[in-house]
Amino acid sequence: MNAFVLILQRDLRLAFRRWSEIATPLMFFIIVASLFPLASSPEASQLRESGSAVLWMSALLSSLLALDGLFRTDAEDGSMEQLILSPAPFGLIVLAKILAHWAVSGVPLLLLAPFLAISFYLPLEALPTLIIALALATPTLSVLAAIGAALTVTLRGGGAIIGLLVLPLTGPVLIFGTRATEMAINGESALGPLYLLAALAVFAISVGPMAASAAIKVAME
Amino acid sequence: MTVTLRVRFVRWFHQLASPPYVYRLAGQLAPWFAVTAGLLLLTGTYGGLVLAPADYLQGDGFRIIYVHVPSAYLSMLAYIIMATSAVVGFIWRIKMAHGLAVSAAPLGASFTLLALVTGGIWGKPMWGTYWQWADARLISELLLLFLFAGYMVLRASFDDREKADRVSAILAAVGVINIPIIHYSVEWWSTLHQGPTIAKLDQPSITMDMLSPLLVMILGFTIFFAWLLCKRLQGEILNREGHARWVEKLLEEITR
Repeated sequence: MNAFVLILQRDLRLAFRRWSEIATPLMFFIIVASLFPLASSPEASQLRESGSAVLWMSALLSSLLALDGLFRTDAEDGSMEQLILSPAPFGLIVLAKILAHWAVSGVPLLLLAPFLAISFYLPLEALPTLIIALALATPTLSVLAAIGAALTVTLRGGGAIIGLLVLPLTGPVLIFGTRATEMAINGESALGPLYLLAALAVFAISVGPMAASAAIKVAME
Repeated sequence: MTVTLRVRFVRWFHQLASPPYVYRLAGQLAPWFAVTAGLLLLTGTYGGLVLAPADYLQGDGFRIIYVHVPSAYLSMLAYIIMATSAVVGFIWRIKMAHGLAVSAAPLGASFTLLALVTGGIWGKPMWGTYWQWADARLISELLLLFLFAGYMVLRASFDDREKADRVSAILAAVGVINIPIIHYSVEWWSTLHQGPTIAKLDQPSITMDMLSPLLVMILGFTIFFAWLLCKRLQGEILNREGHARWVEKLLEEITR
């Protein structure tokens, strides 16, 4: 547990020192979401319909964008070998790294999403559901993307491959996330899809780090 | 008695890890598979296109079922074979299991593509559309194609074959866990949607003279797949063992 906290602190400190790496995916998220009305139509009725889809797609893409460096920097400077050799369970260390990454990429996304949602004319009553849905979905996305990053950790130019490996697996998160948002927009109770999102998150967090740590170990052999 | 059986089984299992043994076994099985598959496919095609009556609702259009259903079934079988053998190879470090996984991947991708294309051709006259986003089977099949593609791309980007084996095995395992999740999430999603009622093709209980050619075709396709798998596995083994003594001997025997 001590190792978990230490890795979490270390990764957070490193992330804040390289703040541009945190800012880039967030800027990407904002820019993609704000270019979309220009590409389709600025009409309120249409934006309200496509708004949740745009938000979810941009959240998905920006969470992938941020992940290339998650394990690579450690693998390149040799600290990953030390982490593998350490007596603390490696899966736990990987979980700490994923959590640190989620804290600097997922949480700001939650804070930004309401503003974008308002700009897409989404009703205010739908905002809490949207934020809860994003809060439940982004950990799953982080874990999935971490598996992709772990599989490609030693590959040069792995970033594009991560998308190819991970995006097909994000279907369920996308379905239930947009479904919850739509139900909230229509004024219905969105508890059903939210529970399913929570179930996916629990499953991903408990199984994902094991797969990711196995992949890193194999790739670093 | 049981002990000797077990010893025999263990010996056979160990033999399966030996490249020359697997190469010879695949070579011996391949012609049998080829002949049986050819006969079954000819019989099934004749039965399906000529003997089976036209459907009273779908007319002759339903006959594409004789290609569509076997390829859809094989796409899933190929993924299961690929994932299972990759995981077996990962756990027990058996190179031949990885070889089998590698050989199954492009075959599975081809059958998936075939199932999607024939499904679209069938869907146009029956549902009025080539593609239906709210149908769980279509989406699962499409994602299956992406998973096969991801597996092959990931393998291709590693120079070290052993590393490619082990890393791609993890991806195959993650994929096999995800397929049911993806399938059921789309199914619940589409039932939540209430919307397009054409998505569910109301299967009439199929009559015997339509069903029996289908069963023959499924069996024929499976054995055809087994034949291709043997051939690909042989190629894969030669690829991996190109430097080995027994391959050189084999080459000498062939060229002599």
